[in-house]
Amino acid sequence: MTGRGTLERVLAGFEAGQTAALARAVSIIEDQREGHETLAAILHPRLGRARRIGLTGPPGAGKSTLTTLLAERYLAAGLKVGIVAVDPTSPFTGGALLGDRVRMERVALHPNVFIRSMATRGSLGGLAAMTREVCDVLDAFGMDRILVETVGVGQSELDIARLADTSTVILVPESGDAIQTLKAGVMEIADCFVVNKADRPGADRLRNDIEVMLGLRGGGGPTPDAHHGVDLKALHPKRQAREAAARDDDSWTPPVLRTVGATGDGVPELIAALDRHFAYLERTGTLHARRRERLRDRVRDVVEHRIQRRLWRDAAIRQWVEDQLPALERGEVTPFTVAEALLARGVAAGTFTGQAP
Amino acid sequence: MTRPIRVLVAKPGLDGHDRGAKVVAAALRDAGMEVIYTGLHQTPEMIASAAVQEDADVVGLSILSGAHMTLFPRVLQLLREQGRDDVLITGGGIIPKEDMAALEQQGIGKLFGPGTPTTALIDYIKEWFAARQAQGA
Repeated sequence: MTGRGTLERVLAGFEAGQTAALARAVSIIEDQREGHETLAAILHPRLGRARRIGLTGPPGAGKSTLTTLLAERYLAAGLKVGIVAVDPTSPFTGGALLGDRVRMERVALHPNVFIRSMATRGSLGGLAAMTREVCDVLDAFGMDRILVETVGVGQSELDIARLADTSTVILVPESGDAIQTLKAGVMEIADCFVVNKADRPGADRLRNDIEVMLGLRGGGGPTPDAHHGVDLKALHPKRQAREAAARDDDSWTPPVLRTVGATGDGVPELIAALDRHFAYLERTGTLHARRRERLRDRVRDVVEHRIQRRLWRDAAIRQWVEDQLPALERGEVTPFTVAEALLARGVAAGTFTGQAP
Repeated sequence: MTRPIRVLVAKPGLDGHDRGAKVVAAALRDAGMEVIYTGLHQTPEMIASAAVQEDADVVGLSILSGAHMTLFPRVLQLLREQGRDDVLITGGGIIPKEDMAALEQQGIGKLFGPGTPTTALIDYIKEWFAARQAQGA
C-alpha cells in the first residue's frame, strides 16, 4: 500500500506545499495506511496555528453554503483555508455519496483553499473517526482557518465540540418544532448560534426562542430548579457556566446571529462573532484548556487503540476466550470475571508492553 | 488492509443532463465506494482540482455533449501536471467506438455507452483497483 518510499515522497511534497501531497497525507491518516503513525508524529510539533471552527445543524440548514461564505471572506483577507465536509457512510454497503462540494464551487478554484470530503465510516456523532487527525494534517500544512462541517443529523453531533475551538450551531426557521431543537444536546455545545435563511417567516421567533433558552431574555417563565426531585442545575455544567457568565465579564454568552446564505447578509457579523469568541478563548486561557483537552483525548484514543490491537492480536488470548465460552454458557462464570482474568493474563504475559507494532 | 475506493463523479459541459451521472454515483455508492459528486457544469480545471484535493482513485466523467475528445485529455493532462498520473479516468456518454479507442490510446480508461449495466462499470473499477493495489502502488 504505502511503502517507506511513498511516505518520503509525500513528506517532500508536503514540505514544498504541493496540494497532491497534502491530499495523500490526509488519505494516509484517514485510512490509517502504513506509515500513518510516523507521519502524524512528524507533523505533531507543527500544530496550533489554525483556528478550528465547527459548523453543525440539521439537514438543509445551510451548513455548506455558510462554510463557503466564511471561506470566501477568509480567503479575501489573505488567509489559507481548509474545509473538511463530513457526510454519512451507508451502514449497509459501506459506500457514501459525498455531495458538499456542489455548494462550494465559488471557492473551489482558489489557490489558498483545500476542500476535503470525508465519509463517517461507521462513526456516530456527526464526524468521522479520523476527522480530528485530518484537521491536524491541514493545520500542519499551514492553514489559518479550518472549517469543519458535520453530518446534518441535528441532535446528536456533539463530537464537534471536542474538535473545534469554536462550535457554531446553524438553525433555520423551518428547523421544525423549535422546542424539539432546543431540547437537543446540540444546543449545549454552541459557542455561537446562527439563524440562517433569516429572511423567511419565523426567523425572529426562532431567535427569540433560542435567546429565551439561553436565558438572555425573559419570557420563557422561570426555569424549574428541580425535576422529579433532581436538581437540574447540578447536572448542567453549561448552564452553570452560563449563569456564571451573567456575573463575570470574562465569560462567554453565545450570541444568536442572523444570516441569509443566499445573499451573504449577516456573514460579516458572523465573522466578527467568531473573532470575538477566539479572542475570548485566548484571553481567558480557555483555548489552551480546550486544546490540552484535545491532546488528552488523543493520547487516550491511541492508548485504547494499542491495548485493543495488542490484546486481540495475541492468538493465545483469543483462544483462551474461546475456552471460557462453555463455562459462560453454563453460567459458572460471568463476562466480568472472564474479563478480569483476561486482563490479568495480559499483564502477566507482557501483552500490553510489547514492542510497538 | 482494505479501504473504500474513492471516485469523483463529475458532469462537465453546459448541458443539464445529469441523470446518468447521478445514477452512476448512486450505483457506485451502493457498491461500497466513496463517491464525491461535484454536480453540473464543471470545467476540467475544477474537476482536476477536486480530484487532487480529494485524492480520488478514479475520476468518472459523464459527457453527452460531443466534447469528449477535448475534455477527457484535458482532465488527464491537468491531473498529470499536479503529479497525479495514477488516477483512472473513466466515464460514459454518447461516444463513438473509434473515439473510445483513440482516447484509450492516450491513457484514458474504458468508456461506457448507453445501456451499459452499472455492474459492468463497478466490476471494471474494482478490478482496476485490485490490480493497482497488487502492484503496491
